[in-house]
Amino acid sequence: MITTYREAMRQAIRDAMQRDERVFVMGEDVGAYGGCYAVSKGLMDEFGPERIRDTPLSESGFTGAGIGAAMGGMRPIVEIMTVNFSLLALDQIVNNAATLRHMSGGQFSVPLVIRMATGAGRQLAAQHSHSLEVWYAHVPGLKVLAPATVEDARGMLWTALEDPDPVIIFEHVGLYNDKGELPDDAGAVPIDRAAVRREGSDVTLITYGGNLGKCRTAATRLEAEGISAEVIDLRTLRPLDDETIMDSVRKTHRAVIVDEGWRTCSLASEISARIMEQCLYELEAPVQRVCSLEVPIPYPQHLEQAAIPQPETIVAAAKEVLGR
Amino acid sequence: MTPLDRHHAHQLLEQMIRIRRFEEKSAELYSAGKIRGFLHLYIGEEAVSVGVQQSIQPQDSVLATYREHGHALMAGLSAGSIMAEMYGKQEGCSRGRGGSMHLFSAEHRFYGGNAIVAGALPMAVGLALADKMKGREAVTFCFFGEGAVAEGEFHESLNLAALWKLPVAFLCENNGYAMGTALERSESVLDLYKKAESYGITSVAVDGMNVGEVEAQTSKAVEAIRAGQGPRFLEYRTYRFRAHSMFDAQLYRDKAEVEEWQKRDPITLFEDALRRRDLITAAEHDAMEARVAAEIEEAVAFAEAGTWEPVERILDDVHTEAPQ
Ligand SMILES: Cc1ncc(C[n+]2csc(CCOP(=O)(O)OP(=O)(O)O)c2C)c(N)n1
Repeated sequence: MITTYREAMRQAIRDAMQRDERVFVMGEDVGAYGGCYAVSKGLMDEFGPERIRDTPLSESGFTGAGIGAAMGGMRPIVEIMTVNFSLLALDQIVNNAATLRHMSGGQFSVPLVIRMATGAGRQLAAQHSHSLEVWYAHVPGLKVLAPATVEDARGMLWTALEDPDPVIIFEHVGLYNDKGELPDDAGAVPIDRAAVRREGSDVTLITYGGNLGKCRTAATRLEAEGISAEVIDLRTLRPLDDETIMDSVRKTHRAVIVDEGWRTCSLASEISARIMEQCLYELEAPVQRVCSLEVPIPYPQHLEQAAIPQPETIVAAAKEVLGR
Repeated sequence: MTPLDRHHAHQLLEQMIRIRRFEEKSAELYSAGKIRGFLHLYIGEEAVSVGVQQSIQPQDSVLATYREHGHALMAGLSAGSIMAEMYGKQEGCSRGRGGSMHLFSAEHRFYGGNAIVAGALPMAVGLALADKMKGREAVTFCFFGEGAVAEGEFHESLNLAALWKLPVAFLCENNGYAMGTALERSESVLDLYKKAESYGITSVAVDGMNVGEVEAQTSKAVEAIRAGQGPRFLEYRTYRFRAHSMFDAQLYRDKAEVEEWQKRDPITLFEDALRRRDLITAAEHDAMEARVAAEIEEAVAFAEAGTWEPVERILDDVHTEAPQ
């Protein structure tokens, strides 16, 4: 069955709601409006306003309420419209959700799932377009997922809901209309491993979420020039699957990390450091990072596109590590 | 009514028409792909910004939301510089980098277009604090939608402003909906001015469709602020005739409700009142429309003729450059 990323995500929510009556969705405009990116469209009619619960504009309040409800035995899915707005809930996520289990000596856990959109490309300017995944990936106590395919959009949510601890799911805004094949019996997928999306032997392109497509495009272009690129989709940003990354780097001896976050203190920085720690002597060239320019994402299309990774910049970085 | 009153009434009407036509043109240009990203129209709410403007003096500061084309025009930004901004051209009031949601002008003490709901309120408190500490006689005018009232920042800001007796006018544009969430689905107390009152701030609800009423009530409140009596809160009851943004399918409200409110279109209401009292002739009205049309045509031409900021300058202004 061909489906969109958005529909796959909606089907995942529907499935979870049907499977477990403790599951409910809470967030701004998830109900009557149909979800700011139309993910939950129609679900309020199906499940009612108690379980598809519109909240006032109060990110800190309803995210905190999600934490409380999770501790109280429910399985909330909190939707925050975009990662920029999640900063209003940062306190609840970092100071409460992430700490409670450890700080209480293991007595309390927070089985909460938070979904939010991320990323640039829609000309929404500097308060709607950032990729702050790494802020959350920095925090012990959280798990951070970034489904990049229709299958992962469909499958990661249930696995996240089964997790006894808080899980954050990042959905890149450029993915919602992506189409893909989904088996009729599609369901939960494991979240503990990165995936090799394309096999190759000359260079490893490491990416996640909205930049997987750009890396695939870059790999195709590189192939035309006789360069064989392997593409790794991290899928889970915390904890990182070092094994899959290192296995690939040991094979290709060259790595390019593609991350829409800003370069400084990025996820790409972390992965680069791990490669250095774990397989420096396997490398034929220094690791390259293709990240966003260190600038608030600008509105006009030519500047926005210039600010974020592109197939051309990925190709150039790959050639650089190959000395071509 | 004195000739002066007559002239004033004409000005109010012309300014409302100016905002209306400017935005109708913007919607058209959005469909034509000239304006991108999010575009939030103020159509239906013009009486608020026009009425409030009558109390704003050159030394005062203004802060607004992403629905701020009208406020920017009223603050004195040229139609051309706003249109060019929405085109993303470097001749725009924010050099093209902000777009529709992020209009700025230091010259006009217009502190922006803020796209984080309630994000401007704490800044308004700070601007007023600076005025007070420096002994500047000025008022800070802070516009926001009723959706902001649910955010923590709203409550923190009102408390601070009241506690420190700061010269802030909190101007709540209550159009009944925050995106698709109706006020009665998001607030425990529907008379929002009562929330402000609970902080010890004198507050009032105003018919936001009646420009004369808006002007009179605002002027009274602002006089009190200028007299050193601390902040005031005004709740303008109004309605947004158009969708929240250009992406909104308006699943959450009936056409009939919109039509009911359109009977109280602020421009028609005021125009009819002037006609009934013989305060405007058809020729005067036509002359207004003609002036406005010419200004908008010129603004569009200015935006069309504008240029793209060179990509090499994308990093300018991330930090203040050291003087050469
Ligand atoms: C902190 C934050 N959360 C969510 C949003 C998304 N959003 C943009 S406008 C809006 C509705 C705001 O409604 P209101 O304050 O009443 O102003 P209106 O749009 O009606 O003028 C929402 C939810 C945002 N911009 N900022």
